[in-house]
Amino acid sequence: MPWAEALIESQSPARLLSSAGERRLSYTDALNEALVLALGLDPNVFVLGQGVNDPSAMFGVTRQLEQQFGSKRIFDTPLSDEGLTGICTGAAMTGLRPVYLHNRPDFLLLAFNQIVNHASKIHYMDNGQTTVPLVMWAAIGRGWGSGSQHSQAIQGLLLTVPGLKIVMPSDPYDAKGLMLAAIADNNPVLIFEHRWLMKQTGHVPEGLYKVPIGKGIYRRKGNDITIVGSSHTLQLAMQALDSLSDSAISAEVIDLRTIKPLDTEIIIESVRKTGRVLIVDTGWAMGGVCAEIGCLIAESCPESLRHPVRRIALPDVPAPAGYTLEQFYYPTAENIATAIIEMCN
Amino acid sequence: MTTYHYQGHGYDHSLQALELYSRGQLLDMFYQMLRIRRVEESIESRYHEDEMKTPIHLVIGQEASAVGICSSLTNNDLVYCSHRTHGVYLAKGGDLNAMLSEFYCRANGCVGSKGGSMHLLDKKAGMAGASAIVAGVVPIATGAAFTAYFREESWVSTVFFGDAATEEGAMWESLNFAALKRLPVIYICENNYYSVCTPLASRQPAVDIYRKAESFGLNSMVVDGTNVLAVREAMTEATSLARRGKGPSFIETRAYRWRGHGGAGDDSASGYRDPEEVALWQQHCPIESFAQFLTQNSVLDPSRRQAMETRIGEEINAAFDFAIASEVPTEKDLYRYVYSE
Repeated sequence: MPWAEALIESQSPARLLSSAGERRLSYTDALNEALVLALGLDPNVFVLGQGVNDPSAMFGVTRQLEQQFGSKRIFDTPLSDEGLTGICTGAAMTGLRPVYLHNRPDFLLLAFNQIVNHASKIHYMDNGQTTVPLVMWAAIGRGWGSGSQHSQAIQGLLLTVPGLKIVMPSDPYDAKGLMLAAIADNNPVLIFEHRWLMKQTGHVPEGLYKVPIGKGIYRRKGNDITIVGSSHTLQLAMQALDSLSDSAISAEVIDLRTIKPLDTEIIIESVRKTGRVLIVDTGWAMGGVCAEIGCLIAESCPESLRHPVRRIALPDVPAPAGYTLEQFYYPTAENIATAIIEMCN
Repeated sequence: MTTYHYQGHGYDHSLQALELYSRGQLLDMFYQMLRIRRVEESIESRYHEDEMKTPIHLVIGQEASAVGICSSLTNNDLVYCSHRTHGVYLAKGGDLNAMLSEFYCRANGCVGSKGGSMHLLDKKAGMAGASAIVAGVVPIATGAAFTAYFREESWVSTVFFGDAATEEGAMWESLNFAALKRLPVIYICENNYYSVCTPLASRQPAVDIYRKAESFGLNSMVVDGTNVLAVREAMTEATSLARRGKGPSFIETRAYRWRGHGGAGDDSASGYRDPEEVALWQQHCPIESFAQFLTQNSVLDPSRRQAMETRIGEEINAAFDFAIASEVPTEKDLYRYVYSE
């Protein structure tokens, strides 16, 4: 689908923070580099998933891995999402570190029995005697007819599962650092990438580094409003603020990086300062990341609020396939900018 | 109503086992089965006290399967199990005190009162995991075998599950992958003909379960699950193949669940199965039929049997005393081990 690629490319402006002379990598190259480093460092790491060694190499993330590390450590799989997730869980319980890649999160729904009933709970149910260092990775789709079954952002469904960690990077630096942190983690970690981030480039240092799981980061400091998000919505928020650069609004932007465990401290700290919060997410508004953060604020610092909490996420509707309907469905930088202006005036 | 009959031949064809196994091995198999039976009866007799606040799935009538399989394994081999855990846990060498403490919801239970009877674990003994989700543990055991394959180690992974697990998709996904990669895993289908109250004939067409596994490319066998020697013989072949890199095996053991699916007592009077069917199977008791075989061949005698009964009885009483006297967990324990550091 060459047009789909072009569409994604058009949605990926250069990173604002980059400066001349920095080492720059594409998002997928950053992920590839993380896998190469992890595979080189630890013989227990292996990478599997449908198409990891095919010509498209999982968007390029697994390019050349089989040639470098062999077919025992890098292998294509049968289409057995539940079975393979359980197999990865069993391998992780006995000392290996699987990295199981899925094209789309929609297919993880087939594996919920293993993710929710097993991988996430085994450490607890075994009273700490077993660990499950398992990484599951999938890229959220959007547009070009992906529709209801190829563009679901299901993080909200999994947010309630104890024992699970959920990571949602927003740039190449984080993609690499969070992948390395996830592989090093002794718990099951789900990484939700976003397809529309994959063509961007950004500063990526050489060598090993980890971005801490469970910690958010300020992408911009300000006093009037806090915008909280992750993944692709973070980029939309930055675009929205760029469009408001002539206004007097001083906005603070928090990139959650990880939605579970949630960095509640950074959210509360910022809302106490700004008194206004707009929460953005790639998933459904109902019962998801936005709802949870809204409730956190209501419980923790309601006295700080100068304006009611607002959220921008998906309506309680499946993703439509067609282009026109999509325009009404997804959050945009314009929606976010409008909400910011309304809240600050 | 379909009736399920015993199809075996008792120990008629087992004389060669007297050459194959030492007296000690034969007596140990008998002792292990007897011990499981007595533990189960003790749990059952105290269950009405409501102090063991955990669902129980008694293995009475099916002891030969767990013992025949586990007696072929070493301490390095890992075993995984579905919800009917008691027999497998004990046969693999799981600690009885820790098991009963778990049943009594004590802090020193084998999983600190976080798993209950359907999630028994004893890592020192190689009892490596259990799941209350039917077939849920099957891919996990397959994944453990993947580790042995990946590291080129000689241990094997064995997983026990019931006939109904073969109605879940993850079962066949696991078999497919195990055969594809020639993993050292042995699948033990304990076919007792009932899933809770639903008979096999209401759930599956009349195709032998082990034949289905065979079609996936596994070495597949069916054995009399009341005959500990028949089970052990099949398992010996399976482990030999697995350790030589010859891939996975599937063993269907057919035996009968004397008690209800869960809880104490036989529930056949409720109408889902014929009490006469239960009575017929009780004529093929795994323990008494083996006792008869061993006695006829001068391996076992009444005084040795009595000594075993005494020793087991004392062990069980001490284990109950230990569990009941143990501490209950604290609120702080609730929050421990959600995540690993």
